[in-house]
This record gives sequence, C-alpha cells and structure tokens, in this order.
Amino acid sequence: MQTLLDQFFNISIMIKTMPLMLKGLVMTLKLCAAVILLGLAGGLLVALGNLSPRKWLRLPCIVFTDIFRALPPLVLLIFIYSGLPFAGVEISPFTAVVLAFFLNNSSYYAEVYRAGILSVPKGQLEAARSTGLSKAQALVHVVLPQAVRNVLPDLLSNTIEVVKLTSLASAVSFAELLYSANMARSVTYNASPLVLAALIYLVLLWPLVRLVSRFQRRLAA
Amino acid sequence: MEGLHRFLATFFDPAMIEAHTLAVLAGVWITLEIGLAVIVAGIGLGLLLACLRTYGRRFFNFFIVCFADIFRALPPLVLILILYFGLPSAGILLSGPMVLFLVLSLTLAAFAEEIFWAGFSAIDKGQWEAGIATGLGFTGTLFHVALPQALRLATPPLVNRVLAITKMTALGSVIGVEEVLSAATTAQSFSGSATPLSLAAIAYLIIFLPVVFLARFLETRQRWGRA
Repeated sequence: MQTLLDQFFNISIMIKTMPLMLKGLVMTLKLCAAVILLGLAGGLLVALGNLSPRKWLRLPCIVFTDIFRALPPLVLLIFIYSGLPFAGVEISPFTAVVLAFFLNNSSYYAEVYRAGILSVPKGQLEAARSTGLSKAQALVHVVLPQAVRNVLPDLLSNTIEVVKLTSLASAVSFAELLYSANMARSVTYNASPLVLAALIYLVLLWPLVRLVSRFQRRLAA
Repeated sequence: MEGLHRFLATFFDPAMIEAHTLAVLAGVWITLEIGLAVIVAGIGLGLLLACLRTYGRRFFNFFIVCFADIFRALPPLVLILILYFGLPSAGILLSGPMVLFLVLSLTLAAFAEEIFWAGFSAIDKGQWEAGIATGLGFTGTLFHVALPQALRLATPPLVNRVLAITKMTALGSVIGVEEVLSAATTAQSFSGSATPLSLAAIAYLIIFLPVVFLARFLETRQRWGRA
C-alpha cells in the first residue's frame, strides 16, 4: 500500500513538479484555444460544402470528412511531423499539431454542424427567403442559430474530445501538460506527476462531462 | 512534372513499398486483434453497467456514474502512460498490448454505458409498467422489452464511438506496441523514407473507411426513421 502511495500519490514530488506542470497547462490551454477555434470555423465551412447543391463543391467536402474521420489523429500528426520534412517542408511541433488537429477536428465538427443544419425544417429557410432575405442572410440569421442550438450537446462533447486530443501533442515533443508530466516522471522515476496531470485534466473536464450528461437526459425526457 | 515526380518518390517509392508492406501488414494484424478485443470487452462491460444502473440501487449507481465520468474525462494517453510507467515500480508488470487493451476497453465501456443508459432513459415509463404488469418481472422486462429498444437507439452513436476509440490503438506506438503506426515509424527511421508512413495511412483508411460509411448509413437511416 505504501509503495503504491509513494509511486502514484507522492505529494512532495507533486508539489516540486507543480511549476513545470502549470507551464505545461498554459501550453495546453493555448493549444486548445487555437484548435477549437480553427476546428469550429473549418467544420462550419466543410459542413456547408457538404450540404451544397453544387456537386463540385460537395464531393471534395465529403471525401475530406470521410478521410479525416477514418485516419487516427496520431497517424495524421506523425505523418505531418515526420513525413513532410522528407518533402523539404520543415515544420515546428506546434504547426504540425495545429495543422493535424485542424484537419481532424474540422471533419468531426462538420458532421455535428451537418446534423444540426439538417434538423432545421426546410420551411424555415423558405420562409426566411420569402421575406426577402438573401440565401446567405437566411443561413446566418435563421438556419444556423437554430442548427447550433439543436446540436449544442454534441458540439460540447466534441470539444471535450478535442481537449483530450491535445495530449497527443506530447508524442511530437510539444511541451504541453502531458509532455511536461512525462518529463517530470522520467526525471523523478515516479508516476506521481502523471497522476497530477490526470487530476488536472479531471478538474478541467469533469464539469463539462457532467453538463453533457445533463443535456442528454433533458433531450431524452 | 518535376514536383510530382519528387512527391511520388518521397511518399510512394516503389522499392520502399515492396520492402515494407509486409511489416505494415503484420502491424495491421495486431491493430485488428487489439481493436476487436477492445470492442467486445468495452461494449460488453458498458452494457452490463447500464443494465445494472436500471435497477436503481443508489450505492451501485454512484460508482457506475463516477466510473463513466472519469473515463470520459481523462485522455486515454494519460492513463496509458500511468499504467505503463507507473505500475512496474509497484510490482505489477503489464505488457504494452495489455495496457492498451485495458485503457481503451475501459474508455469504451464508459462511453457505451452512457449511450446505453441514454437509450434506456428514452424508453417510455409505460413500457416498463406494462412489462411488469404482464408478469415478466423487472429483469424479464429489462431483457425482453427495454433492451431491444435501447439497443436500436444506441447503435448509431455507439458505432461512432467505437470508431473513435478503436482508432486510438495507434496510441500503442507510444508504448512500443507493434501495431500499424509503430511498424511504419520503425520502417521510416530505418529506411530514411517517408513511404512507410504513407503505407500506414493507407492501411488505416482501408480498415476504418468501411466503419465511417457504416456510421453514416446508420445515422441517415435513423434520421429518416424519425422524420
């Protein structure tokens, strides 16, 4: 029991590694802000493309979502980070991570938006158009607000996944939370920093997970 | 023309394809094995927990909800590192594939439990009352009335979740599990060519695109069913 506590919940090691971990946390939060915003924006564009009546626009968007939903994000990340230099493109870990997650997240967010837009009755668009709004205006002022509200739980649960996903950046030596924790582990020969990282992720994400469950229950009722 | 030629030589070098396809295929086999084990164990445990939860015992439900919350909130890679690097010093040695299997199946179980539970919650209360009134008893109603309906509601979101979590078998490369990505990065560093990485990407597309199509098909069918 004592060895377990020493190995996983060593308070003095946790306190000693705290500054390093907090630095990692700041990087994680910055990375989250970048990839969530890019994913939300990219996903909306891809979803609109997915639902476009123009075939030349729709087809590439569908291929895009399917490919990046099928590829594991880590494979995409390693491909970009270790593969591109062979083609003469040097890329920093941060750029590689943002690019890989942008491609991955856009396709996931696109699927959520698509479901949302499809859930808005067609009459809404027709009514908006008949009041003289242009197609773009009808989309922005009438269809999208309802679409987003309808899939808010899915948007939130996808965002939780995105935050969890940023931990993969540690695989390409980007100094975010998990990378810092793993560094601290290899220096201290103790798993407590990893446990501390897990606790930080829990504090960050547990309230959001609860919120998603609450949403789901309300939808079921 | 020059650019295209260089691109092909970098990412689709025929000599490299010939040299490394076998290694990547060996990785495919391991990815499939672990992926299938995760699906069976994760869905099985998730379903079991969701069924237990319908009995409404406060004491059990508290632990089920905590389990589901924690494993939905934690990034799997964090758990993988904790088990792989932490347990040996506590005297417990788990192999890389074992750690990967444990973490992914527990994560899938947590999500599956929530999905099945949402399915159970969506069933009208009258269905339970009717089942019990005909003398089926609670357990009989659960298996013959509630479960078949919950399973149907749960299938589309479950397929999506299975896809997302089986894809995470690629995380095994971080702890030396010789799955597709691991085989490819090893081949890449030995050969000094990016082609093995392309092979890995193609292998994943072949494995997972059918699941993506299945997920889309199920979602569309459910949408039409509701309309």
